[in-house]
Amino acid sequence: MSKLRVVHYINQFFANVGGEEMADYQPELREGFVGPGMAFNAAFKDEAEIVATVVCGDSYFNENLEVAKKTVLDMISSQKPDVVICGPAFNAGRYGVACGSVAAAVKEELNLPVLTGMYKENPGADMFKTQVYVVGTKDSAAGMRGAVALMAPLALKLARNEEILSSKEEGYLPNGVRKNLFEDKIGAERAVEMMVKKLNGKEYVTEFPMPNFDRVEPGKAVKDMSKARIALVTSGGIVPKGNPDRIESSSASKYGQYDLTAFDDLTEETHETAHGGYDPVYANQDSDRVLPLDVIRDMIKEGKIGSLHPYFYTTTGNGTSVANSKAFAAEFAQKLVADGVDAVILTST
Amino acid sequence: MKLELGYIQINDIQFASESKVEDGIIYVNKDELKALLLEDEHLASVEFDIAKPGDSIRIMPVKDVLEPRVKVEGKGGIFPGMIAKVDVVGSGRTNVLRGSAVVTTGKIVGFQEGIIDMSGEGAKFTPFSKLNNLVVICEPVEGIAKHDHERAVRFAGLKTADYIGKLAKNIVAEEVETFETLSVVEGMKQYPELPRVAYVAMLQSQGLMHDTYVYGVDMKQSLTTMLSPTEVMDGAILSGNCVSACDKNTTYHHLNNPVIKELFKKHGKELNFVGMIITNENVYLADKMRSSDWTAKLCEFLGLDGAIVSQEGFGNPDADLIMNAKKIEEKGIKTVIITDEYAGRDGASQSLADSDPAADAVVTGGNANEMIHLAPMDRVIGYPEVADIIAGGFDGSLHADGSIDAELQVITGATNEMGFNKLSAR
Repeated sequence: MSKLRVVHYINQFFANVGGEEMADYQPELREGFVGPGMAFNAAFKDEAEIVATVVCGDSYFNENLEVAKKTVLDMISSQKPDVVICGPAFNAGRYGVACGSVAAAVKEELNLPVLTGMYKENPGADMFKTQVYVVGTKDSAAGMRGAVALMAPLALKLARNEEILSSKEEGYLPNGVRKNLFEDKIGAERAVEMMVKKLNGKEYVTEFPMPNFDRVEPGKAVKDMSKARIALVTSGGIVPKGNPDRIESSSASKYGQYDLTAFDDLTEETHETAHGGYDPVYANQDSDRVLPLDVIRDMIKEGKIGSLHPYFYTTTGNGTSVANSKAFAAEFAQKLVADGVDAVILTST
Repeated sequence: MKLELGYIQINDIQFASESKVEDGIIYVNKDELKALLLEDEHLASVEFDIAKPGDSIRIMPVKDVLEPRVKVEGKGGIFPGMIAKVDVVGSGRTNVLRGSAVVTTGKIVGFQEGIIDMSGEGAKFTPFSKLNNLVVICEPVEGIAKHDHERAVRFAGLKTADYIGKLAKNIVAEEVETFETLSVVEGMKQYPELPRVAYVAMLQSQGLMHDTYVYGVDMKQSLTTMLSPTEVMDGAILSGNCVSACDKNTTYHHLNNPVIKELFKKHGKELNFVGMIITNENVYLADKMRSSDWTAKLCEFLGLDGAIVSQEGFGNPDADLIMNAKKIEEKGIKTVIITDEYAGRDGASQSLADSDPAADAVVTGGNANEMIHLAPMDRVIGYPEVADIIAGGFDGSLHADGSIDAELQVITGATNEMGFNKLSAR
C-alpha cells in the first residue's frame, strides 16, 4: 500500500525564513516536510508522508489574496495530494486567515480533503470553521504537540473518506453541524456536575452554545454639541507616517494612541493607513478621509463642537478578533471617561 | 419527607397459572390480568407478550412505559389520584421491581408513538431494551373517540403496573436506598454553607396525547407549584402524552427521574437539594408568561443559588424553556438546562426554536433528526406499518424486509430531556 500523499501549507515564520520582517515572502514550493511538518510526518508513520510544503508570507498572502491563492493552489495541485494540511496557526491572526483561506479554496476549487488548526479566538476560526474543519489548538506554538496529535489522525480520516464524528470526538471547532455521540455519563449527571462548576465560578463547557446575537445598547443622544467634548477613534488603521508601532495590516494585535494637538489637518507627509483591507491610496494621500480631524477642527472654530480629546485611538479592523477589539476599547475607553469625553466619532472601513 | 426505596431485582418474566414474584421472576396469570383490564368497556381486547433484553423483538407503536412499584409502608398508594386514592405519598417505604417494565401498545392513537427494539442498533438508543418488559396490547372498541382511546390505554398501563407491583408488597427488599427532603427551615439549618439548588421539571401539557398528570390533575390546568422529590418516586407524576417518542417522559422516566437521583447524590456534599418545582408547557402565550413568571418567583422565594431545568418535547415548549432560563437567571440564580435538539437530518439547522445568551449552560440529549437504520427483527409486537406515519418516520420508512429507516425521533426515550441517557451532541 503506497503512502498517502500530504501537502503542508505553512508561513515564513514556521519555515524558518524569518519573522515579521519576512512576512512579505512570496509563495515557494519545497520538497518534503519543513519545520513542524516533521512532527506531522512522524505522527503519520507508514500511513502517509508530506511530499511537499508550500511556504508563504502572511502579509503577502493577505495583501494579495487573489494572486497568492492561485499561486498556492497551483503549487498544491501540482503535487497531487490525498489531503492538505494548513498550519496550525495558533493565535496568529493573519496566519489563521491565510490557513483558512487556503483550506477553503483547496476544498472548493481543488475538491481535495483538507483541514487546518488554530486557537478558537483566532479571527480565522470564526471566518472559516463552518467551511472547513478547523482543529482547536492552544494559543501559542507551545501547543504544537497537542495540535499534531489531533490534526494528524483527522487528516488520515479525511484522506480515506472515513466518517467524521462529532466535534468533541475529533477535536475540531464546533462548526454548526450537530452530530450525536455517546458520553461516559448520563445527561442528568453531566447537568449536576455543570451546575456545581457554575456555582463555584469554575469553567464549564456548554454542550450547546446559544446562537450569538451580540447587541450593543445605543448611547444617549448628545443634547448640545457646541458644549460637547469629542474623541476620534478609528478601525481604519490611520497611523503616523511610517507606522512607528508596526500596527498590523490585518488581525491587529495592538492599538495605537497618538497625539493630535500639533495637527489641524492630516497630510501625506504626516499620516498614512496601515489597514490592509482596502485600497490605501486615498487614505495615504489624505488620512482625514478616514479620520476627519480637519472637519472637527473647523467645527470647533465655528463653535459647533465644544472640544477635542487630544489623542486619537486606532487599530486595523481587518480580521481583528472580536475579543481583541473589545479588549482594546475597554482599555482606552477609561482614558476617554477620565477626560470627560461626551461622545466618540468612530470611523470604520 | 423521607422515603425508602426497596429494590427487588427482576431477571425474568413468565406467564403462569399464579401471579407472583419469586426469586427475581415475575409470574403473570394472563387471564386474571386480562379480566381486570377489560373492566374498562372502551377496550375490545387485551393481549400480553414478553420482550426481554437481547430478544429479536420490536415493539411498536409504544404508548407508555411504566415500572411496577408498591407502597409497603406509609400513606397512600402508587399513582395517587389515578389508581390509588388521593393521599400524600412520598414517605415510608416503597418496593420497586427493578429491571422490569410494563409497555403499552396497540392500534395507534396519534402520530407520536414510538419504537422499542430489544436488540441491534436501535436497542442502543432506548433504556427499555435493557429491561424485562411485559407488553400489553390494547385494542379499543369500534368508533372510539381519540380522548377515550388514549385514556383507556393509559389506565391499562397504570393498572398493570399497579397489579404487578402489588405482587411484591410482602417481599423484604435486600437493597434499600433512603431519600429525604427537609422543610425549608430545617434544610437551611442542616447545610447552611452549601449552595441551594432546586429542580425545575417542565411537564408536557399541550392537549391530546400531550398531557401530564400530577396526583390525577391535568397539568394544563395547574399553576406552577412545588412538591417533594419523593412524591415523584411514588407515581405522583405520570405521562399522558406521546410527543415525539424520543423526548416523551414515560411514566418510567418520572418514577426514575435521574435529575432527582443525581441531585440527591450530591446533596449534603456539594449542594443543598432544596426541593422540586413543577411547571407546564401550555400553548397560550399568557400561560407561558404566567408559568415562567411563577417558576422564577418560586425559585427566588426558596432562596436558591441554582436551578436545574429539564424540558419535555420541543418546538413550542422551547419558548417556555428559554423563558424559564432567562427569568430565573434574571433573579441572579444560576441555571443549567437539559434539552434535546432538532437540528435537521444534516445537523445544520438551528437546534432550538428559541434561544437566549442567558441559557449558557446546556446539556443536550442529542439531535433527534439524525437518521437511523433499524434492521428487521424476528418478531414485531404491534403494528410495523405505522413506521411511515409516526413522527420521525416518512413515506417509505418501512421496507419490505421489515427494516426501518427513520429519524432517531421514533425511538422511545432516545433523546430524553431529563438526562436519562448518555447520548449527547456537539
